[in-house]
Amino acid sequence: MAAITLDNIVKTYGEKDQKVLAVDQASFAVEEGEMFGLIGPDGAGKTTIFRILTTLLLPDSGTASVAGYDTAADYTQIRNCVGYMPGRFSLYQDLTVEENLKFFATIFNTTIEENYHLIKDIYVQIEPFKDRRAGKLSGGMKQKLALCCALIHKPTVLFLDEPTTGVDVVSRVEFWDMLKRLKAQGITILVSTPYMDEAVLCDRIALIQSGKILSVDTPANTVKKYPTKLYAAKASDMHQLLKDIRSYPGVASCFTFGESLHFTFRQDDAQNIAGLKATLDSGNYLDLVINEIQPNIEDYFIQISEPVHA
Amino acid sequence: MRDIAIKADKLTKKFDDFVAVDAITFDVHQGEIFGFVGANGAGKTTAMRILCGLSKPTSGSATVAGFDVYKETERIKRNIGYMSQKFSLYDDLTVMENITFYAGIYGLSDKEIKARGESLLSQLGISHEAKTFVSSLPLGWKQKLAFSVAVIHEPKIVFLDEPTGGVDPVTRRQFWDLIYEAADRGITVFVTTHYMDEAEYCNRLTVMVDGRIDALDTPANLKKQFSVDSMDKVFYQLARAAKRSGD
Amino acid sequence: MKQLLAFVRKEFYHVFRDKKTLLMLFGVPIAQIVLFGFTLTNEIKNSRIVVADYAHDYASQEIIRKIEASRYFEVVKSNMSHDEIEAAFKTGTIKMAVIFPANFYNDLSHLNKAQIQVIADASDPNTATTLTSYLNNIITDYQTQKAQQTKVPYLITPEVKMLYNPELLGAPNFVPGVMALVLMLICAMMTSISIVKEKELGTMEILLVSPIRPFLLIISKVIPYLLVSIINLITILVLSVVLLHLEIKGSLLLLFLESTLFIISSLALGLLISVRAESQMAAMMTSQMSLMLPTMLLTGFMFPIENMPLPMRALSYAFPSHYYYIIVKAVMLEGLGFMAIWKETLILAFITTVLVIINLRSFKIRLA
Repeated sequence: MAAITLDNIVKTYGEKDQKVLAVDQASFAVEEGEMFGLIGPDGAGKTTIFRILTTLLLPDSGTASVAGYDTAADYTQIRNCVGYMPGRFSLYQDLTVEENLKFFATIFNTTIEENYHLIKDIYVQIEPFKDRRAGKLSGGMKQKLALCCALIHKPTVLFLDEPTTGVDVVSRVEFWDMLKRLKAQGITILVSTPYMDEAVLCDRIALIQSGKILSVDTPANTVKKYPTKLYAAKASDMHQLLKDIRSYPGVASCFTFGESLHFTFRQDDAQNIAGLKATLDSGNYLDLVINEIQPNIEDYFIQISEPVHA
Repeated sequence: MRDIAIKADKLTKKFDDFVAVDAITFDVHQGEIFGFVGANGAGKTTAMRILCGLSKPTSGSATVAGFDVYKETERIKRNIGYMSQKFSLYDDLTVMENITFYAGIYGLSDKEIKARGESLLSQLGISHEAKTFVSSLPLGWKQKLAFSVAVIHEPKIVFLDEPTGGVDPVTRRQFWDLIYEAADRGITVFVTTHYMDEAEYCNRLTVMVDGRIDALDTPANLKKQFSVDSMDKVFYQLARAAKRSGD
Repeated sequence: MKQLLAFVRKEFYHVFRDKKTLLMLFGVPIAQIVLFGFTLTNEIKNSRIVVADYAHDYASQEIIRKIEASRYFEVVKSNMSHDEIEAAFKTGTIKMAVIFPANFYNDLSHLNKAQIQVIADASDPNTATTLTSYLNNIITDYQTQKAQQTKVPYLITPEVKMLYNPELLGAPNFVPGVMALVLMLICAMMTSISIVKEKELGTMEILLVSPIRPFLLIISKVIPYLLVSIINLITILVLSVVLLHLEIKGSLLLLFLESTLFIISSLALGLLISVRAESQMAAMMTSQMSLMLPTMLLTGFMFPIENMPLPMRALSYAFPSHYYYIIVKAVMLEGLGFMAIWKETLILAFITTVLVIINLRSFKIRLA
C-alpha cells in the first residue's frame, strides 16, 4: 500500500479575478518506508502540496491520502500519525530546548521517555544545550530540535518542508545522515528541497515547477532521460568562452555550471563538436578543456523546465 | 595595478558580547566580482550592511569607493547600488513605476529615466510588461528586474545580498549573465550566496565562518589550497574546523 | 488534562519571559490608576475655600473655627457676593464656597433648623464631592456635639450646589471606567496577539496538525489571561482603595463574579480578532480601534451616553463594557446588590455566550 498518494490535485489561491494556480494537476505516490524528494525552486508549489497532505489545506479538486486515510475526510486520523516540520522554523523561541520538546510530546499525548529511542541519536547532540532558549540556537541545532519535535510521537509518515534551506553545509550533511537512519527504522519520509544536489540522496524524486510535476523517478533513472549528449567546457576566461560557445551555430543551450560550462547541440553528430573545438582552438584560450559528461539532476531540471522567457 | 573599490581592515562589529563580524581584512578591485560565501548567521549580511553605510562598525576601518564607512556614509550611498533577496521592488507599483522611483532617488533626469528604463526592459525582454504590477511577475523575473534597477544609475559598486535564494536553476544562470555584463561595464560586484556552484562564478571569494574570514582567493586557488575538487568541499572543511572550535 | 496543563504552562512562559508583555500586563493598569490617583488626591489637602459669614453669630463662628481646624481646608474669610464667588471659581483660586445666611443662629435656636449654602466647583467632580463630604462631616459632628449639650436636636441642612457639572460625571466614576478599559485592553489585545504570534511563527501549523482539539487550544489560550486579568482586577481595586480612598460599598464577591464574566467576554472578543488578523500589528490595531476606543468613548465614563445621537447610543448597547460599567458603578459606588443589576448581568452573560459560540464555530481546523 502506498503511504502517500496524490491524484490530480489542483489548488488555486486568490480572488476570482486574480487567481494564482499553485498546484496544477499533481499526481504521485510514495511507497511505505520510502524517502521521497520533492525538488523545485521557491514558488513551485512544494509547500502547498505539503499543506494539503498534512490536512492544513483542502485542494480545489483531486484526492489525496496519507497512511491510507483521505486528507479531506479523515483529517483527525492523519493528524494522529504524521510528523510535520514546516519550512519556517517553528518552535517557541522563548522556550528552552527541553521545554519545547516536552510541550510537543504532551500535546501529542506522549512523553519524551516513551519514544526516546527514536530521537536519541539526534537529541544527544543538542542535549548539552537543553536549558538554552530555542531562539539562541545555531541554525543547524534548531533544525535538529525541530526534527526531534516532529518525531517525538513516533509518526508513521514524516513531512519535512525545506529542512535544509539556509543551513550550513556541515549541518546539511548531518541532517541527511539522520534522515537515512530514520528511513532505516521504517518511517516514510517526504522531503522537499530547492537544492538539486540533495536530490540524489532520496530513493525517488519528483521534479516540480510552476505547480506542475515534471518527472517522477529514481535519481539515476531521472538523469538517464536526458535526451542529448552533454558537454562540459572549461578555460581561463569563462565569460568569453560562454559568449563564443553560445554564438556557435548548432549549439542548443549553454549555461554556466560551477567551474565549467555545460552545453548541448541541436543535433548529436560528431561534426558539431569537432567544429566547435576547431573554432575555439583558433581563439586565444590558454587551457581549454572540453569533454562529454554525465548529466546530473540540475542539468535535467534545466532541460525540462519551461524557459522563463516565453 | 587596478583601483581598489572596497578596502576593509580588521573590520569588527559586536552586538553586546556577540561578535558578528570578527576583524575581517580584504580588498576588492574595481570591476571585480567578489563573493562572500557562508551559512545563515555567519555574518555576511552584517558585513555588507557596514559596507553599505547602514551600520557603524565597532572597530577597524573600511573604505567603499574611497569613502570612509564611519564618516562618509552619505557619499557611499550615492555611489553604490543594493539589492537583497528579501526586499527589492514594490509589489503594488508597476514595473515602470518601480524603475522611475528608484532612478528618481538617484537624481536621474526624466529623459534619462525613460531612455534607460526602456533599454533595461528590452534587454530583459519584458518591454510588453512595463505596465504590469510587480506582484504578478514570476519570482525569477522580479529578481532580474530588481538587479537591473539596482544598477540603473551605473553605480561604482553594487551589493547583492543572496540575490538568487530559492530561484530556479535557469533563472539563476540568467541572473549571473546580468552580473557578468555589469562587471564588463566596470561595475564592481559584491555578492553573498550560499549556493556553492555560484561561488565558482566569482573572480575571487572569501568563505565566512562565525564572523571570520578563513580563506580568500580565486576559486581555483582555494581548491588547490585545500586539495579538493569542488568549492563545496572547501566550504565543508572550513565549516567543520570552525564547528570543532565553537559551540 | 495533561495537554491542557502543558499548554497553560507554555503560555505562562511566554508571558513571563517577555518584558514588553509583562509591562503591558501589569504596568498599564497600575500606571492608569496611579495617574488618576495623583491628579485627584493632591488637590484634596489644603484646598482654598471661601467662607462668607453673613450671620456673624455664635453658631456660625463655632462652625467656621472647626472648618479652619481641618487639614483639608485653607479658609479665606470674605463676604463675597455670588458674582464675586463665581469669578473666583473661574480663575481657579478657590474650590468651594460656604455661605452662612444672616440669622443663622437665630433660626437654629428658635426653629431648631437652619441652612448653609455650599457651592462647589464640579468641573473637577471628584474634588467637589470629596470636599462637600468633608464639610458634611464637620457639620454633622457639630450637630451631635450640640445635641448632647442642649438635648434639643439641631438640624443644619447644607444646601449643596454643584457648579459647571451638576450631575457629577467622572471622578469615582473613573474607576469603573478604567476597570472596564484596562480589563478589555489586556484580555482582548493580549489574547489576539498571542494567537496571531503563533500564526506568524508557523507553530500554528504544527498545533493544527497535532491531535489537539480546537476547544482545548482555545481554552488554554484563555486561562492564562483570565488569571492575569484577575490579578489585575485585584491590583486595580487595592489601588483604588489605598490611593483614591474609594470605598467598595457593595459585595466584593459579586464584583468579582461580574468582573470574571466581563473578562471572559473580552477574551472571546480577542479570540475573534485573532481568527481574522494575519499579523501582530493588525491584531493590535484592530483591538484598539474596535474595542478600546468604543470602550473609552461609548460606555459613558467620559461622555454621557444620554447626550449622544441615537446611532451612537445604539452602538454603545452592543458593547459588553457598557453593561459592565453600569454593574461596577452600582456595586462598587452605590453598594447595590444583585437585584439591582440582574438585567445587565443577563445581557452581559448573553453577549458572552454568543461570542463563545461564534468562536467555537469559527475556529478554523485548517489554514484557509
